Amino acid sequence: MTEEKTLKISKIEDGIVIDHIKAGSAMEVLSVLKITSRSGFTVSMLMNVRSSNGSLKDIVKIEKKILKKKELDLISMVSPDATINIVEKFAITEKFRVSLPENVEDLIKCQNQNCITNAKEPVKSVFKREKTGSRNNYRCQYCERTMSLEEIRNSIIK
Amino acid sequence: MLTKKSVVSIGDISNDDIFRVFERASSFKQKLSKGEKIKTMDGKIMATLFFEPSTRTRLSFESAMHRLGGGVISVSEPKSSSASKGETLADTIRMASSYSDIIAMRHPMEGAARLASEFSSVPVLNGGDGSGQHPTQTLLDLFTIWEKFKSLDDLNISMVGDLKYGRTVHSLLRALNRFDTTITLISPESLEMPDHILSTLDHPEKVTKGTDINPILEKTDVFYVTRIQKERFVDLNDYAKVIGSYSFDPETVSKMKKNAIIMHPLPRVDEISPDVDRDPRAFYFKQAENGVYVRMALIDMILGGA
Ligand SMILES: [Zn+2]
Repeated sequence: MTEEKTLKISKIEDGIVIDHIKAGSAMEVLSVLKITSRSGFTVSMLMNVRSSNGSLKDIVKIEKKILKKKELDLISMVSPDATINIVEKFAITEKFRVSLPENVEDLIKCQNQNCITNAKEPVKSVFKREKTGSRNNYRCQYCERTMSLEEIRNSIIK
Repeated sequence: MLTKKSVVSIGDISNDDIFRVFERASSFKQKLSKGEKIKTMDGKIMATLFFEPSTRTRLSFESAMHRLGGGVISVSEPKSSSASKGETLADTIRMASSYSDIIAMRHPMEGAARLASEFSSVPVLNGGDGSGQHPTQTLLDLFTIWEKFKSLDDLNISMVGDLKYGRTVHSLLRALNRFDTTITLISPESLEMPDHILSTLDHPEKVTKGTDINPILEKTDVFYVTRIQKERFVDLNDYAKVIGSYSFDPETVSKMKKNAIIMHPLPRVDEISPDVDRDPRAFYFKQAENGVYVRMALIDMILGGA
C-alpha cells in the first residue's frame, strides 16, 4: 500500500529517485546535493515510509537532475544503503546502490584543525578509505589522522 | 630503495631500507671514530627550513650534512622570513628546492612535510610536523635498539609516559609493530596512545596497554620513556602524582634486567633522575648521538653517495 501511494505522489518523467535513504536523512541528502528551495528543482521528499522489509526509510525524488560522481560519493557517506534510480520518460532505466568511495578528493574538510590542508595552501584534501571490521574510516593523506563516517557526516552537513 | 625519495613518514621506508640505513650508519660511525673524513656529499647543499624551533634536530641534520662533506643553507629566523609575509609553504618550498639538493624541515602543522614533498623538486626530509610524524627520530631510535640487540625481533619494549601527545612514540610504535616485538604501552589514562595510531598497526595483537610500570620492570628489554609536560594538566597536583609514578630513579632501575636499556627522545625533565645517567643501562645520550649517523646514512642513500 505504501508503495502505491509513493508512486502516486511522485511519478516523475525524467530525473532521479534516491531510495532507501536512512530514515530521517532525506534533508541531509538534499543538503549535500546543495539543493535548496531556491535551486529551481522540483523535489519531492518522503520521510519515514515503511519499506518492503518493514523498516523505515526516506525517499527523495528530484526532477531533471543528473548526479555527478562527487554527489554520489557524498550520498554514500551520508546514507551508505541508499539506492539510485535513474528515470527517463517515466521508466527506470538504471538502478544501483551507492558505494563508499576508496578515495575522496576535495570533498571533505579534514577535522584536524592543525592539518596543513586547512591552511591557505594550494592543496586539495585527499582521504583514503580504511575498513576495520564493519567500520569504515577515512584517513587524511596529509596529517594521517582518520575520520569516521559519523564525523564526515557532521562535517559535510552544514 | 631510497634514491631521490622524500622521507615524510616512517611508512615511506621499507624494512629492508631500514636495515640498509643501519648498516650505513654503523659504517659512518666507525669511520668517524677512526677520524676518517667522508666526502660523499662534496658539492651538495642541504637547506634546513625550521618553521618551528628545534635546536636538537636541526643541529643534528646540519652536523650530518657537514660530516658528509656537504654544505648547509638555512633560514635562521623563520618568523622574519617569507612565512610571516604570507607566502604559502608551497611557494617557500619551490624556492628553497631550487637552491638545494635536499631539504630538511620542521613545521608546526601536521601534513606540512607531505605537502612540501609534493611541491619540492628535491627530496624532503621531515624533521617533525606538528604532532604528526618524525621519521628520522624513529630511525635513530630503532638504530639504537638494533645496535644494542643486533636485531629488532624478539624484544620486549615498553613505552612509558605521555603516549598521547608524544609524537616520537607514535611513529616508533608503528615501526616496531612491523617487527616481531612485544610492546607494552604504559601511561596515565588521560595520556593514552590515540586510536588513530592504534588503528594503523599491522599487528595490534602484539600491543598491550597498562597504567603501572611495576609489572613490566623485570621483563622489559627496552624502556622508551617520554616527557610528561606540566601544561597537559589542569591541576598541578595531578601532574605531581603522575610524574611520581612514571619516573625512573636508581631504585626503579635496580629492578630492571641487567641487559635492558632506557631510551628517551630528550629533553628529559623529571622522568629520569640524573642519578641514573651513569648506569650502563642509560642509553639516552648515545641515542641522541646516533641521530647524526642515522641522518648521515639517510642523506647519503637518498642523494646516492657511493
Ligand atoms: Zn588532515
